[in-house]
Amino acid sequence: MDLKLGHYNKDGIEVVDVEGEIDVYTAPRLRELLIDLVNKKNYQLVVNMEKVEFLDSTGLGVLVGGLKRVRAHDGSLDLVCTQERILKIFRITGLTKVFGIHATVDEAIADKDK
Amino acid sequence: MATVEVRFTPLPAHVRTARLVATAVARRSGVDESLLDEVRLAVGEACSRAVESHRLHCPAEPVRVALTDDGERFEVVVTDAAPADVTVTDAVSAPGPAPVVAGDGAGGSMGSALVVDGVVQQLPAGVGLAVIVGLADDVRVVPSGGGTSIAMSWKRRTL
Repeated sequence: MDLKLGHYNKDGIEVVDVEGEIDVYTAPRLRELLIDLVNKKNYQLVVNMEKVEFLDSTGLGVLVGGLKRVRAHDGSLDLVCTQERILKIFRITGLTKVFGIHATVDEAIADKDK
Repeated sequence: MATVEVRFTPLPAHVRTARLVATAVARRSGVDESLLDEVRLAVGEACSRAVESHRLHCPAEPVRVALTDDGERFEVVVTDAAPADVTVTDAVSAPGPAPVVAGDGAGGSMGSALVVDGVVQQLPAGVGLAVIVGLADDVRVVPSGGGTSIAMSWKRRTL
């Protein structure tokens, strides 16, 4: 399956919905979206990965790049993911300590409000 | 002789095809269903790495993927044709009994991240290898011809 991207604002947080496969072929589209959102001064991001079917290290690189961009503006990029097969690559690479990973979008937004 | 062999032009779009073929052959070879996601991800990482190397050094050469079921293990070998002294420098050390053999003895280096304007655009190539080592039962990285082969294998379930 190809990559589908969407985004909306909820309570001042920009939520990015990602569906499909994030790999060396599709990751540039996610990178462009995150850069565009940051350029439009959206520094509080939540990336909803509940419908992501595949994620490789290229996709991880895009997420890390997005995180660094928002942090440069004192922002944050949190993830929503409960799929074990996706979480596994975050654990292998140690990135579970870098990203806030939440079970739901509401939980991720509530955590940003703290 | 490999059970199935795939050759593809080094374009990112074809990495998904290689993943799908590897997963299908692994399933047919009796690899446990719970390991198929690991096969898919590891093969994708190896092919992505090969594609990036070919695009830099030999875009006209195909990437080769050989999938073999020897009755006990399912093995995937992804071979690139990029100069070995370039592609093997990001080799990682593997824990456990399976040695990772770096062609130039450069084990431990994780390569460099692609950084533009101070922002990480791409993780170091070594991260892909680290992921492979974390997923496969056995991993070997060896020079092959003018390039590099990444061989990874998984035990078959008892039938």
